[in-house]
Amino acid sequence: MRLRFPWTTNCGLFFTRYEEDQAFLPSRAAKIKVLCLFALLLALPWLVGPYPLRIASQVAIMALGAVGLNLLTGFAGQISVGHAAFMGVGAYAVGALTTKLGLSFWLALPLGGLAAALVGAFFGLPSLRLKGLYLAIATLAAQVILDFAFVRLEPITGGAAGLVLTPPSLGPLSLADDTVFYYVTLALTMAGVIFALNLSRSRVGRAFMAIRDRDLAAAMLGVDLFGYKLRAFFLSSFYAGLAGGMLAAYTRVVTPEQFTLDVSIQFLAMIVIGGLGDVLGSVYGAAFVSLLPIALSYLAQALQGVLPQMVNLLSACQTALFGLVIILFLIFEPQGLAKLWRHIKDYFRLWPFSY
Amino acid sequence: MQQELLVVENLSLHFGGVAALTNIDLTVRKGEILAIIGPNGAGKTSFLNCISGLYRPSGGRIFFEGRDITRLSPHRRAALGIARTFQNIELFKHMTVLDNIMLGRHVHLRSGILAGGIYWGLAQKEEVRHRRRVEEIIDFLEIEFIRNRVVGSLSYGLQKRVELARALALEPKLLLLDEPMAGMNVEEKEDMARFILDIAEEWGVTLVLIEHDMGVVMDLSDRVAVFDFGRKIAEGLPEEIKQNPRVVEAYLGGQLAEEA
Ligand SMILES: Nc1ncnc2c1ncn2[C@@H]1O[C@H](COP(=O)(O)OP(=O)(O)O)[C@@H](O)[C@H]1O
Ligand SMILES: [Mg+2]
Repeated sequence: MRLRFPWTTNCGLFFTRYEEDQAFLPSRAAKIKVLCLFALLLALPWLVGPYPLRIASQVAIMALGAVGLNLLTGFAGQISVGHAAFMGVGAYAVGALTTKLGLSFWLALPLGGLAAALVGAFFGLPSLRLKGLYLAIATLAAQVILDFAFVRLEPITGGAAGLVLTPPSLGPLSLADDTVFYYVTLALTMAGVIFALNLSRSRVGRAFMAIRDRDLAAAMLGVDLFGYKLRAFFLSSFYAGLAGGMLAAYTRVVTPEQFTLDVSIQFLAMIVIGGLGDVLGSVYGAAFVSLLPIALSYLAQALQGVLPQMVNLLSACQTALFGLVIILFLIFEPQGLAKLWRHIKDYFRLWPFSY
Repeated sequence: MQQELLVVENLSLHFGGVAALTNIDLTVRKGEILAIIGPNGAGKTSFLNCISGLYRPSGGRIFFEGRDITRLSPHRRAALGIARTFQNIELFKHMTVLDNIMLGRHVHLRSGILAGGIYWGLAQKEEVRHRRRVEEIIDFLEIEFIRNRVVGSLSYGLQKRVELARALALEPKLLLLDEPMAGMNVEEKEDMARFILDIAEEWGVTLVLIEHDMGVVMDLSDRVAVFDFGRKIAEGLPEEIKQNPRVVEAYLGGQLAEEA
């Protein structure tokens, strides 16, 4: 088709098709799969006991944080080694606002997210000039500074002893109840996942990816590099802050060692394992990284009779193990678990005949 | 009388001791196709980089529609209506053709984080509306068959075309093309020449293009500027440039002798 006049041809023709084209669950099979998963998650409190349910809540919290980091690192290409510290800002803000100012948890939670977002955006300022490894070091500095602040700002943070929260309630329901807590966390994390998926298929998400792939070309198209990098830090830290606030309600105690460099590395492991730039992958990655230590401790217990040293050895090796897993994934499966899973499925689909 | 769209005054650019551009004066008129020619290293790409904001000139001024944009950041210049392509293709390799071109619409889209994250409503309406325009460009450049392909997997010639589509999606007033036909075969060059003429004639876009193929330059351009060692050594109608003794000496000598 030739154009006679630039912008005025065939309006209205493809309206429905474009919307379908831009849907994030394009195929019917994908829709059914997601519905099944959703049903399973809803039914979980009836299917498992209280301990696994608490673990599931923890996974959901970490998944929310991981989705946030993936927006920053996987989509916008800005690495952060301080994600746990931003999560800590949210947790401490929620803790301090509820215990010291007596604010409602439901008001404190978004404020905690906002506090983390502002702190994150502040520590994102160096991204104006720094890239890659240098930015990693700058965000590492953020981690160290905030770690220090958590311990030293005693009037607000309670110092090394931390803050102790009373369990928040939702109308007549108490979040001390594992099932209630699970549903609240699930709802929040799902909202976070859907928000991120939506963002990734619209203007801001595309601008993030453009900055990641070719920052100068993005600038030539009118993307304000610095503005969008700061937005990415802000948004990512907002997710971290919400996750931190939920974690505070979950453990009901906020202490500095919950938000150390180890945890930041674990977040990176989650998104690398789950797949950089893959929103749902962050959830798988969070599940994997959160469940692995639990699986390892079961393994250690089982082996205790045979190899008594095993317990200490395994827990000592955990961080090193995550480091190794990150490196292996970066080398062999840069698109993460989701891709690995597709490979495995392809393998079994062809199974008896696969070479 | 034709109006001036871009006025460059006394532009200089240094890299350490190297003078990439020296005292360049050049005016681009609304609606014309201006070709810049010159040997490798003459400063042609550097000149485009100064206009689009990638390089900060060491001296001189640049006016776009009468407005001084010398100190304006690149993304603001894009918003004013300056788009470009690159000598070495600069596409978003991991994204699809569609997403690349949609990025060309960035300055025309409005939705921010909140509208984008909520999506249903504002952002979706906007996406659909602009997607329609992107489809028009895709039709125009005849790249329907690759619209869902990841750009990195495409041939060089097609990538050049996608990059042009992305720049067009910005609906620029001024389009800067850095060697749009380099590395193409004859057929691809003919297609590209046709697109460039249509962009100028039917869409009313003003074009500055850097090109080495003199045949193409003579066919396409309304005026020609010649750069050599960072200076503009001539400017005029294609016919005049062909006859200009300085140009023949500096640059065209070999080529014209071959043609003759
Ligand atoms: N980023 C840069 N850093 C240093 N020197 C540069 C840079 N860009 C261009 N130059 C120099 O400026 C001169 C002009 O280069 P360029 O504009 O690419 O020429 P052309 O596009 O006409 O081939 C060359 O000598 C080149 O080495
Ligand atoms: Mg060049």
